[in-house]
Amino acid sequence: MSSNSQKKGFGATIWDYMTTVDHKKIAILYLISGGFFFLVGGVEAMMIRIQLMKAGNDFLSAGTYNEVLTMHGTTMIFLAAMPILLAFMNAVSPLQIGARDVAFPFLNSLGFWLFFFGGIFLNLSWFLGGAPDAGWTNYASLALASEGHGIDFYSLGLTISGFGTLIAGINFLVTIINMRAPGMTYMRMPLFTWTTFVASALILLAFPPLTVGIFFMVFDRLFGANFFDVTMGGNTIIWEHFFWIFGHPEVYILILPAFGIFSEIFAIFSRKRLFGYTALVFATILIGFYGFMVWAHHMFTVGLGPTANAVFALATMIIAVPTGIKIFNWLLTIWGGSISFTVPMIYAVAFIPSFVAGGVTGVMQAIAPLDYQLHDSYFIVAHFHYVIVGGVVLAILAGTHLYWPKMFGTMLSEKLGKWTFWFFFTGFHLTFFIQHFLGLMGMPRRVYTFGADQGWDLFNAISSAGALLMAIGVIIMLVNVVMTVAKNERVGNDPWGDGRTLEWAIPSPPPFYNFAQTPLVRGLDPYWIEKMEGNEEGMVYAEPLGDIHMPNGSFIPFVISLGMFIAAFGAMYHMDGHAWALPVLIGGLAITFGSMLVRSLKDDLGFHVTKEELIADNERIKKEARALEGGKKGGLK
Amino acid sequence: MDLNKRYTPQTWPDHPETATLEGKNKFVGFWLLLAAETVTFASLFATYLALKDKGPSGMEFSAAGLFELPLVFAMTMLLLTSSLTSVYAMYHMKNHNFKAMQAWLGITVLLGLAFLGLEIYEFNHYVHIGFGYTNSAFSSAFFTLVGTHGAHVVFGLSWFIALMLRNAKRGLNMYNAPKFYLAALYWHFIDVVWVFIFTVVYLMGVIG
Repeated sequence: MSSNSQKKGFGATIWDYMTTVDHKKIAILYLISGGFFFLVGGVEAMMIRIQLMKAGNDFLSAGTYNEVLTMHGTTMIFLAAMPILLAFMNAVSPLQIGARDVAFPFLNSLGFWLFFFGGIFLNLSWFLGGAPDAGWTNYASLALASEGHGIDFYSLGLTISGFGTLIAGINFLVTIINMRAPGMTYMRMPLFTWTTFVASALILLAFPPLTVGIFFMVFDRLFGANFFDVTMGGNTIIWEHFFWIFGHPEVYILILPAFGIFSEIFAIFSRKRLFGYTALVFATILIGFYGFMVWAHHMFTVGLGPTANAVFALATMIIAVPTGIKIFNWLLTIWGGSISFTVPMIYAVAFIPSFVAGGVTGVMQAIAPLDYQLHDSYFIVAHFHYVIVGGVVLAILAGTHLYWPKMFGTMLSEKLGKWTFWFFFTGFHLTFFIQHFLGLMGMPRRVYTFGADQGWDLFNAISSAGALLMAIGVIIMLVNVVMTVAKNERVGNDPWGDGRTLEWAIPSPPPFYNFAQTPLVRGLDPYWIEKMEGNEEGMVYAEPLGDIHMPNGSFIPFVISLGMFIAAFGAMYHMDGHAWALPVLIGGLAITFGSMLVRSLKDDLGFHVTKEELIADNERIKKEARALEGGKKGGLK
Repeated sequence: MDLNKRYTPQTWPDHPETATLEGKNKFVGFWLLLAAETVTFASLFATYLALKDKGPSGMEFSAAGLFELPLVFAMTMLLLTSSLTSVYAMYHMKNHNFKAMQAWLGITVLLGLAFLGLEIYEFNHYVHIGFGYTNSAFSSAFFTLVGTHGAHVVFGLSWFIALMLRNAKRGLNMYNAPKFYLAALYWHFIDVVWVFIFTVVYLMGVIG
């Protein structure tokens, strides 16, 4: 129990990950599955760009194009970007606050498996009669008319994975509220933990409206309800409201952790304390707060009236203020710093102009009359790819490089990382910059083809060429990962050499109990403070060495999620009049609620790691560290 | 945590639900869950208000003609009283009086079951006179809002019963005290939602 360095067989490793409640292993699960869906969404993106590479192309049929387009957006947002960010949140934020685990390890595992089964369910649509085809926004007037089960895969899949995300959000909130180490006050929390905290609060309040909207969709399509059916008194705009009451906070759920990752990077690689830490914290909170008041800017052309449009236009413009505060604080953090251009830092520096470009077009769209012109054109596509790729995806790539050593104990190659960066960054601007002009020239979004006489050929061809460069960048990244895993060169606690926060004070990867003794935090950037004072251990402790209480692993989260996965099939095929569908629905729910009952009734008190085991483990860690020192020095310097 | 540790009313802490880290985590996490639940019900209420009395042309049912206050008043009284009895149960939990807590929880469950019975009767009655789930946008919104509340009642009752049966023989300890406390908290939340349903759906419905 006490040592995670024992060699295990393949089957035992799989079982270990299926039953784990360790936040660091759950982080790896999130990273692998999120990475897999990122590749799936990337292939879908390439199919879109191949189809649009020339006028009148017939690579995809109109119907297939709609499916690919829908699945690209849905996969990238729900199954790639969010899970990969959750991977970093899991891997890093408990370490940053000096906690041994999250508040609810069991629920952490449940959250992952719900996301995983939801994602698999959604993607099974490709093999079971067709994918959803009403866009990732799934507007009801279109979605209700969609034939086949594509939309049902969307609704049920996102319901399941949405529960998982909600659980993850509550878990991080409680962890950060209750489990901070002594001395880790709110205003000493690292920025990444702060953004995790605010993003989790957004998850908590934004996902329920989506769940409600999706339930209406399920009831309308499968059980004969009339929420959106206008002939029966329904109102299709209700869907749009719920979707965007969720959807706008969702983009902040994505971008805030990205901001957090970049904040860490700027401080580490400028070797400076973050400029304007307090302002950054309050800007984060403000963005989260305003995020709930702007949803109708997605609906300017619906006809809510000039008053509503004016209010939402103003609220939207206000968000640019805290975001601008952040940008200037980052610039002033770099200013005068001792900068090292490592791969994470290059991404961070490239992020600033890219994201600002996306922000500026965002403010343009906030002007409601102008939005009437831009609405549903490629200008919009260009805008949101500038903020999501230029912000979130660059953060994901940067974060992967930054935190890879902490998660796996090895370093990704800097050289290949730079190759990835240049291909991806060039490709990104090549693909999307020109789409602004396509939009202004009148090209509507979501069209599967265009005519040779419309004058959009050249710009579309350039855009597709850019997508190819991005794909090459991602492939180099994969090569990098494979080579790093194969080489398996271990690194020490602080491989970047300039770590500032607690996660860099402990081994890479950390032991399963994280901290043998809970650290005492003496200020912002606690590890940096100890380093500057010449403390070799990197930490001062708040408690003597003693027994540690840890939670038991459990297979139940997997079973609960599997039950919902099975029930979803029953609900979906019930509409077709299959006799087996209702028993499957009930059986699946019985599995879910039955295993919840088992969880509730069975005492699960966890176990203790004894002081002796901790001392033995500490000896092993020290021996490994010495071996590392003696051989090649780990890390950059 | 030692399950066999015996407590007396003197050694039992003032706030057993937050006396351990697990208990504290559950306490904060559950309040946050209730925040999410609040948003859920807010969404359902908003939809109901948007779709109230909306249906196909010539729809015969409207809120003013459909709801009957005496039945709903009885349901409201049952649920409000059950919230009070669960407070008594928690009072005895905090005084480490297990038997009295179980007794009051038992009364809470009985009142909840009575409420549920009347709700089933009410729904059955509506369907019987032709106001079914697929009848109109109004009917869908009504049954979804009130039915979601009903599903919460079922879940709350099952939770109480499971806890009472599981712990019948072993009494109160620091491991199950937070569980009882949270179940009672959930029950209050259900009650508060019902107060809004009574006001927004039934009272405002009858007024027109």
